[in-house]
Amino acid sequence: MTVFAFYLFAALMIASAAFTIFARNPVHSVLWLILAFFNAAGLMVIVGAEFLAMLLVVVYVGAVAVLFLFVVMMLNIDYAEMRAGFMKNAPLGVAVAVILLAELVLGVGAYRAGALDLGTPDGSAAPLVGESNIESIGALLYGQYLFLFEVAGIILLVAMIGAIVLTHRGNTNPRGMQDIGKQNRRRPEEATRNVKPEIGQGVEL
Amino acid sequence: MTDFFISLGMDAGWAFFVASLAGVLLIAFPLMLAVAIVIYCDRKIWAAINLRRGPNVVGPFGILQSFADGLKVFLQETIIPSASNKGIFILAPIITFTVALLAWAVIPFDAGVVLADINVGLLYILAISSLSVYGVTMAGWASNSKYPFFSAMRAAAQMISYEVSIGFILVCVVLYAGTFNLTGIVEAQRGHGLGIVNGYWFNILLFPMWVMFFISALAETQRVPFDLTEAESELVAGYQTEYSSMAFALFWLGEYANILLMCALNTLLFFGGWLPPVDWEPLYAVPGFIWFFAKTFFFFFMFSWVMATVPRYRYDQLMRLGWKVFLPLSLVFVFLISGWLMLTRYGGAA
Repeated sequence: MTVFAFYLFAALMIASAAFTIFARNPVHSVLWLILAFFNAAGLMVIVGAEFLAMLLVVVYVGAVAVLFLFVVMMLNIDYAEMRAGFMKNAPLGVAVAVILLAELVLGVGAYRAGALDLGTPDGSAAPLVGESNIESIGALLYGQYLFLFEVAGIILLVAMIGAIVLTHRGNTNPRGMQDIGKQNRRRPEEATRNVKPEIGQGVEL
Repeated sequence: MTDFFISLGMDAGWAFFVASLAGVLLIAFPLMLAVAIVIYCDRKIWAAINLRRGPNVVGPFGILQSFADGLKVFLQETIIPSASNKGIFILAPIITFTVALLAWAVIPFDAGVVLADINVGLLYILAISSLSVYGVTMAGWASNSKYPFFSAMRAAAQMISYEVSIGFILVCVVLYAGTFNLTGIVEAQRGHGLGIVNGYWFNILLFPMWVMFFISALAETQRVPFDLTEAESELVAGYQTEYSSMAFALFWLGEYANILLMCALNTLLFFGGWLPPVDWEPLYAVPGFIWFFAKTFFFFFMFSWVMATVPRYRYDQLMRLGWKVFLPLSLVFVFLISGWLMLTRYGGAA
């Protein structure tokens, strides 16, 4: 049963990853990518890492892919032009793919050889005995890898500040940004007045 | 339930399979029935607050109105616009409906009465509820029409914004309960308030979280006053504009199933789930699922109440509330609550 589920998820994941690349419409690509994320989450559930599976769905499917979809949907993409640039960009793409593959092989090789202490060398996750997934990850993350964890936090903080600095325009726009406090303080007496015009007369503004 | 099927002479694997299937049907069918009744209640409450009669023609007090509506949409013609992206156009309502049902798998209706008692239950719900945005977004895009598209954009932005603060609110509850398992969270609320009140709402640190969760739940399910995705005065009917017949009905059912889910979550996370409101022996004579359903319906009544009384938000107000008010506030409370628990439960500075 587990074997069947593994091959089902793995085959679906590879197929949807392939469709992500080959789909003609970018929106379809994103949707195939989401299917690939899902199957990856399914694979993680099979190896007993349900916490990571849920996080994958929450973070990648629930937030990152929505933003992808958001951007791709709003872009008015000229498909013919995009295809014309394919041959020009192909060498770059191949280079990136080769580098990623090399890194992956190197990483898995080092892990197999026992250079990295991440779990058991046969590839199975090794949760602490008698504790749930979340607790064993927490114990590792806040114990053994506390320094790396905090470094990752600082990198994210820097990225966040960078994003804010890049998009912050200050409050100097002459046409004015909205002042919510001012809007909330506004009362009917300031905004309206009650007049009784004579018949045939208008209202002076 | 697996034991029951084993006692009928099946082997364990098949018994588990049949029991799960039976559990799914036992949740899905009553849920659909509940949705039909709840739509009727929604319209009746709304009408009563507006001093109208509401549905009163079909059946006694109009109680069969939802079923008549269901039959009506079932008999309508399914129209697929020729300029639409057909595959995604058809897929969108199916996804909305499926996702709305999926989350019910981990909801405990009574002590031990739950389809899948997994230890990441709350994360599962968060994951599933973050998926519900796809149905709306895909519908809006695939319709290939202006108003549905605007609606899809709004839905995507709105649901991401409020999911962030919902996430932090859930972290607060999880910190107090010490588990992600929903059954565990409910059990942790037994006698939480002064040893008498069952529920996290009776806690000065968690009560503001509940208020924020309730408002975020309104935004997450796109109810009034945050129903900008189907604001009929600006966007016709939003993402549903091009839909007809059963495709439309699936959106409709999915939307109300999601609302019921959020009401159930309010009950489970802050109001003690199937536990009676106060920890007093005679109240335990009432079966737990009755307490659960009564509380869930009470929250549904509050949803309807809000719908009948509050005007729609402006889009920038919606975004401001999500990002500039709820996000910082919930973050501050995560800080406060973890600090408080560190002091009281885990014994001072580590």
